[in-house]
Amino acid sequence: MRILRHPILGNLDEQPPVFIEVDGELIPAREGEPIAAAIIAAGRLKLRHTRKSGEPRGVFCGIGRCTDCVMTVDGQANVRTCVTPVKAGMKIVTQGASPEREAQE
Amino acid sequence: MTQSDTDIIVIGAGPAGLSAAAEAARLGAAVLVLDENDRPGGQLFKQIHKFFGSKDHRAGVRGYAIGDSLLAETARLGARIELGAVVYAIYPDRRVAVITADQRRLLLNPKKIILATGASENALAFPGCTLPGVMSAGAVQTMVNLHRVLPADKTLMVGSGNVGLIVSYQIRQAGGKVAALVEAAPVIGGYGVHAAKISRLGVPILTGHTVKCVHGTDRVEGATLVALDDKFRAVPGSERDIEIGCVAIAVGLTPLAELALMCGCKFTYIPKLGGHLPVHDDNMETTAAGIYVAGDITGVEEASSAMEEGRLAGIAAAEALGRVAPSEAAVLKQAVWARLNALRTGRFGQARRDAKERITAEGRGAHVV
Amino acid sequence: MSSNLAICGYLSADELATCLPAPERMAKGPVAVIECVQDIPCNPCEEACPVRAITVGLPITSLPVLDAAKCIGCGVCIARCPGLAIFVVDGSRPGDEGTIQLPYEAWPLPEPGESVHALDRAGRRVGTGTVEKVLSAKAQDHTAVVIVRVSKQLLNTVRAISVEGRAEA
Repeated sequence: MRILRHPILGNLDEQPPVFIEVDGELIPAREGEPIAAAIIAAGRLKLRHTRKSGEPRGVFCGIGRCTDCVMTVDGQANVRTCVTPVKAGMKIVTQGASPEREAQE
Repeated sequence: MTQSDTDIIVIGAGPAGLSAAAEAARLGAAVLVLDENDRPGGQLFKQIHKFFGSKDHRAGVRGYAIGDSLLAETARLGARIELGAVVYAIYPDRRVAVITADQRRLLLNPKKIILATGASENALAFPGCTLPGVMSAGAVQTMVNLHRVLPADKTLMVGSGNVGLIVSYQIRQAGGKVAALVEAAPVIGGYGVHAAKISRLGVPILTGHTVKCVHGTDRVEGATLVALDDKFRAVPGSERDIEIGCVAIAVGLTPLAELALMCGCKFTYIPKLGGHLPVHDDNMETTAAGIYVAGDITGVEEASSAMEEGRLAGIAAAEALGRVAPSEAAVLKQAVWARLNALRTGRFGQARRDAKERITAEGRGAHVV
Repeated sequence: MSSNLAICGYLSADELATCLPAPERMAKGPVAVIECVQDIPCNPCEEACPVRAITVGLPITSLPVLDAAKCIGCGVCIARCPGLAIFVVDGSRPGDEGTIQLPYEAWPLPEPGESVHALDRAGRRVGTGTVEKVLSAKAQDHTAVVIVRVSKQLLNTVRAISVEGRAEA
């Protein structure tokens, strides 16, 4: 959820959104903000699944250390979305096995 | 980034690193600041509250405004800042290995190194602690104040140090709700005035309570709180469920001291200051000659003292390079010590001062390397 | 040293004893109430006061001491206190109501004339207040000061307001 008004920081400056594609879905973002911020603003907290058991994970540390927020960005795996800035048109895919996928395999 | 003309490399462009760079540059040293992030300031720009202290500490000024003036000061004095630059090693010959933003690998050879790498937040283990929506309080603060994103309508805060109290207030300022703040200890860890600010807005502060578990499938949907007795054992039957979408964890920080370890610095263990830290002397110099430390890497405090430590390290490093006469440096350092000691008094500060004095007492011994 | 502030997050009547002004002083005109009881390193209030009614001194962890006889209740200290721990109360008006000046850092700011919930130190609704004035000068740096009219009996109780759900007039 975007914070549009703020008593200290004022109104969020209006800049035209750019769009990024997350698992095939277009979501609006602010150019230069971390990818994770845009995805969380769109209402989604889950950013990856763990490889073996497919458990959901999201941002924990927010400073690029814990790697719980990694996603595949423009074909590059394991990108830390909490510290990687948005560029218009990025294609982002959730990593790891989902429980459903494992069941199918 | 050129290497030949660099006297001092500062690693970390947060409050400590920028302050160190400013002081050293002011005294004529050629300073290069490296930071892995794509913006400078460390965690200073998300601090939207007014700082404590005296006029000399810029009390009453909001953190981001202090950040702005620190950046301007550094730029005016000619210290260069290289962003997106990851320092992945410091070798025994003191060469600094860097990957730059454009993926170049460099080996830099400064005369002095100041480590101002900060700290990282601690995690807390409980069933459900890995669910999306369980975040460090600092990450929530970054999302809310820098990126203007509220992770959830309602948050549970865990931990009542100043971070937990301040971030709770800031979630409220951003229009979010804080269902409760739980603190396992019987008393609140941070300042009473910070606690009072959220109490009067109706945020319940539950001392002697913790989060028993967090539930949800793909994200946090709720939590079970439980009361603790004086031995920190859960009180049976005291559980209660709350609906929340985010759990913010504010249970302390740990110094990011890997580079100091690489340099072979002597360490000491002080839980009060966050754990294992490099020993340093009154000049902020570690037991590895020419390697200085400042800010949270030397023991977790807050931004005001980090800035003062940075200034000390910057002056001392410039002095060691002969950029300032020892008599003049002594005067400058004394002024910084006076400001630093003023921050380390009172019921919250004195224990930190005692702990810091143990570190410097150890550090005053002969330099090892 | 256990205290309600350290256990629950707000000051109890006992702890407030040293902060609250004498009833006679409140009846005379506006006066500051400094609810700062821990020795934290901080002194902007001392410098903020135009009539030098607040003393912190050295070390800066000393508690602020208000000279209630000197204090003119101007409220300049309210927005300067980083802890948002200063209020100004005025029980000098005729009738049943007095005013409280309190720091306010939420969005949106209340409007003059607006009816608001009056909250105590624990955030409980203890009554209704009427906003008289909202001060938000540049020097206050986004800490607005809201002057709210409440029952005189609540002058030492109310420490926040809420516009949530908008109080009934």
